[in-house]
Amino acid sequence: MSKKYGVYICTGCGIGEAIDIEKLSDVPDEEGIKCTTNPFLCSKEGVEILKKDVADGTNMIAIAACSRRVNFDVFRFDGCLVERVNLREQVVWSHSREKYPAPTEEQKDDDDFVDHIQLMAEDYLKMGLARLEKVEIPEAHQMESVSKKILVIGGGITGLSSAIDAAKAGYDVTIIEKEAVLGGYAGKIRKQIPVVAPYENLVNPVVEAKIKEAEALSNITIKTDTIVARIAGEPGDFTVTLKKPGEKFEFDVPFPLPDEMKVDEDGKELDVEQLNEVYKEFNKGKEDILTFDPNGEKFGAVVLAAGWRPDTIEGDDYSHLGIGELPDVITNSQFEEIAAKGKIIKPSDGKEAKSVVFVQSPGKGEDDSDFKYCGSVTSLVSLKQAKYIRDDYEDGKAYVIYQHMRTPGLQENFYKSIQQDDGIFLTKGEVASVSKNGNGLIVEADNTLLGEKLKIKADLVVLAAGMVPVTVDDPVINLAYRQGPGFRDNDIYDGYADSNFICFPYETQRTGIYAAGCIRRSMTIEESVEDASGAALKAIQCIDSVTRGVAVHPRSGDMTFPDFFFQRCTQCKRCTEECPFGALDDDEKGTPKPNPARCRRCGTCMGACPERIINFADYSIDSIGSQVKAVGVPSEDDYDEPPLRILALVCENDALPALDIAGMNKLQYSADVRIIPVRCLGSVNVIWIKDALAQGMDGAFLLGCKHGDDYQCHFVKGSELASIRMKKIGDALSSLALEEERVTQFEIAIDEYDKLPEMINSFVEEVEALGPNPFKGF
Amino acid sequence: MTKDNTSPANGSILVVGGGISGLTTTLEAAEAGYEVFLVENKPYLGGRVSQLNQYFPKLCPPTCGLEINFKRIKDNRKIKVFTMAEVEKVEGSPGNYNATIKLNPRLINENCTACGECVDVCPVERKNDFNFDMDNTKAVYKASEMAFPMRYTIDSSVCKGSECGKCADVCKYNAVELNMESKTLNIQVGAVVWSTGWKPYDAEQIDNLGFGKHKNIITNMMMERLSAPNGPTKGEIIRPSDKKAPESVVFVQCAGSRDENHLTYCSYICCMASLKQATYVRAQYPEAKIYIFYIDLRTPGQKYEKFYKNLKEDENVFFIKGKVAEVTEEPDGSITVVAEDTIAGEKVRQTADMVILATGMQPAAKPHADLKVNEDGFIINDFEKGGMFAAGCANKPADVVSSNQNATGMALKAIQTLVKR
Repeated sequence: MSKKYGVYICTGCGIGEAIDIEKLSDVPDEEGIKCTTNPFLCSKEGVEILKKDVADGTNMIAIAACSRRVNFDVFRFDGCLVERVNLREQVVWSHSREKYPAPTEEQKDDDDFVDHIQLMAEDYLKMGLARLEKVEIPEAHQMESVSKKILVIGGGITGLSSAIDAAKAGYDVTIIEKEAVLGGYAGKIRKQIPVVAPYENLVNPVVEAKIKEAEALSNITIKTDTIVARIAGEPGDFTVTLKKPGEKFEFDVPFPLPDEMKVDEDGKELDVEQLNEVYKEFNKGKEDILTFDPNGEKFGAVVLAAGWRPDTIEGDDYSHLGIGELPDVITNSQFEEIAAKGKIIKPSDGKEAKSVVFVQSPGKGEDDSDFKYCGSVTSLVSLKQAKYIRDDYEDGKAYVIYQHMRTPGLQENFYKSIQQDDGIFLTKGEVASVSKNGNGLIVEADNTLLGEKLKIKADLVVLAAGMVPVTVDDPVINLAYRQGPGFRDNDIYDGYADSNFICFPYETQRTGIYAAGCIRRSMTIEESVEDASGAALKAIQCIDSVTRGVAVHPRSGDMTFPDFFFQRCTQCKRCTEECPFGALDDDEKGTPKPNPARCRRCGTCMGACPERIINFADYSIDSIGSQVKAVGVPSEDDYDEPPLRILALVCENDALPALDIAGMNKLQYSADVRIIPVRCLGSVNVIWIKDALAQGMDGAFLLGCKHGDDYQCHFVKGSELASIRMKKIGDALSSLALEEERVTQFEIAIDEYDKLPEMINSFVEEVEALGPNPFKGF
Repeated sequence: MTKDNTSPANGSILVVGGGISGLTTTLEAAEAGYEVFLVENKPYLGGRVSQLNQYFPKLCPPTCGLEINFKRIKDNRKIKVFTMAEVEKVEGSPGNYNATIKLNPRLINENCTACGECVDVCPVERKNDFNFDMDNTKAVYKASEMAFPMRYTIDSSVCKGSECGKCADVCKYNAVELNMESKTLNIQVGAVVWSTGWKPYDAEQIDNLGFGKHKNIITNMMMERLSAPNGPTKGEIIRPSDKKAPESVVFVQCAGSRDENHLTYCSYICCMASLKQATYVRAQYPEAKIYIFYIDLRTPGQKYEKFYKNLKEDENVFFIKGKVAEVTEEPDGSITVVAEDTIAGEKVRQTADMVILATGMQPAAKPHADLKVNEDGFIINDFEKGGMFAAGCANKPADVVSSNQNATGMALKAIQTLVKR
């Protein structure tokens, strides 16, 4: 593609007053690039100028004006790359002429006068042009063929709902269910909790109707007694091998080696060949992940709705409750099983259970926690089950002992209706013991609303066991991915297959696979049905995006994708290991196999690659590197007291907006800093920092999102990986005889813009104290 | 504008309300390839969450997710946003609706560069409703520095108009149009998602809790603004009466919720919101005493339970089961609350520098369309009928994560309506 450049400088919003525009225009002039200035570039007239040039073939446009966060629609031109050189928020609004005076008439001829703001504006314009020179207009990645079929794992209420929803939107769906029949737990209950006024009567399970609906839809295929052996490939082109539960065969997914197997008897790390051997032995009888099942079925996206299992309550923590010892102390799901069969009876002797105590919380000592994996569902279920007693026996009595009755939102209405039943006793309390009392049981509770020490005679005691997501036991999705078969980091959320994002509940670390229902959080049937719709939409959206060859969230619509120059790959595996989304699978030698449709375009691979062979069309090692090189580094040859130059690599998601807001608020920070936005700190390649220091810049810092369990990084791992790389850069610096303190990383949340000036300025001061970079001027 | 209306009637979706739910529905539908009209009555998008300091349980700023969503909107040409716009009525049937939208005058046109020079010359002040009247803005204002679209607005109810005209004089970009008039437009859409959200229950209605009478009793939403770095105090939690740093704070749960005289339902978020706000207090005042009066602490699920558990470790946070029945102001401005401790069966009194009422949520708007609502005003989704759906807190009280799940699902329900045609 031939490039035709154009530079457009806006002089509005204070830019013209603070910057010598004529001098700034010298930057493009010297390059022979046409430069246009306008007092109001975003006006209709201003944009007309641009449009005319675009019509005349200009396709590389540098707009030196305001932040890219504003006027995005005004300065959008099809078929062009637009570089927004931020003179407004980043230069003139955050660096006042009071602090950095413009040269007086006399000073204009003084070679030693440093005009900080002018230098800054010129640098940013040079950097913008350097980028335009190095980037290309991206073309979307087109897959050879895209499967639009959706695989739904789990035939319970969530899976059925999700499948029906996707089918009704016109998609072909296959539901697989590990059991012989559809319905899951929702099919094993007697009644459901009412969700509409008057909230008085329990309702019949809705799952039967859902099964019928799914069976009637011609674009839904149902496979019971079926689980996933492996899912290989990428969204739009998953090759899925299904199997019967318990079956073993060559397309069972291989598992990565556990850490303890990666070392020899002496604890020494095995080399690549040895690792391969151990790996093969460990996964004996299984085909490698890169071998696709020729009989596999193609799918475009997956909904994971494998649900939950009832928790088992056992061990010393619960011995006071008699569970395991007394046959008439059971869990809520065992109770439901009895209820589904008929009247409520005692397991010990099959006699009527008319007095039943429901225990919501283990109640030991001060701890008011519910049982593990509980939620509002377990509170609601206890109320529902209390009602079973009342429905079965006119003289039946139910007691619910809770620490906190968790019936949030409109579900409170059901709680209220239960309170009207004078045969159901509801009290806060700490259950002290459950013991045998003749043929029955006796429950003792402290600090209840019905008295300090409460003793209740009971036929049956029901404990509110939690709902354990099945991902605790098993990866379920069995991805044939080098990083392993399951979602990563499920342990942060107790095994739930959850995204850990509040804003983006479906965005997991595995593109194209969307979890719904109780595998994400304990949910009522109503909530599961809702969640199922959301996951179905995400699956559809992913297929649509893959078809168009563009990225899904958070860089939705991005047409770029990582391009590998394999000839120079040293098979170090870093890209495969570090990708937050497991997008890469390496072969035996360690050469990565990219799966562009799994990729979220964060650039972590680009940041990880020591050979710098991974690049995007509009974002590359060279494009950023050239921007770094475009920064003017004044030395003593230029000025008596040359100003420092500090490189800032800034995450464009949160940190860059924070800098913008700082600018809008006219917060001032050091003019020695040169900012380059990056897609994510994970994409920062240390070469940029080394180059910056080698060319005489005095320091460098990274500015990005918070990491740790409550990470705010939009690409999950990026800022964390960057911090690891920054720790390692110390060695490289000392080999250059530079102080480690010249490089650092700051965490910033988007709303902490007020902290930025202090953060930046104190770093600049620290670097100043170290003195100028000795490489300056070489 | 006409150009944007030319899409086939059954090809587009109208989303009413640009809070987190509406944004989610809009984006999820548009990123699946559908055209969406997003109508918001405020001058900015983001709704209630843009007023929050942090989300529970991650304690992360809502503006982080909003920024990404705004970026997604900017990058997506299938989305047309109308701010300061109201849906006056929607008529028609699934697949074929006609919506009448009134565009209220912003008095500032698209020439605005958000340079802010007009603010310096504007002589009129107004109460800042974004900050619950805890400070003022000029008549020409920007709701927050994150406001999207990034453009000023003139409050026509206080602006002196052309008799003043200083803003128009100073604006180099001819962005001020003091005689701008409202416009009405009609759009044809195939499906409508109502994400009209919630409003805080009016605390003044709760006579016995003294809001509006005693300065140092504030609501939980005010507390969010008070704690936010871009709030009226730049994030400093201080007593409204005398700007004193509070040594003690009382949280009154279920202020107007779970109450037959007010909102009979549970507002879902207030327990977690107060626990979260306790961490705001703690972050600024390591020694402050925090008292939380509750009926039940509704922190269901592993994540929320863990959050509660962590807070219980703090020995200066006290949880008292009891509903606050009355409040009195002490001479020094502090507040004494009286509650019945239901376990001990006795009255407990607690004096604190500040009281925060955990007021609940109620539906913000009554839609002018053929929709069923429950007795509290929440829209009941009729999936049999289809075509129009409620998402997020227009449908029921919910936290952000549930609202987003729901809003994503409703995008699909809307799409199904279009596909059927």
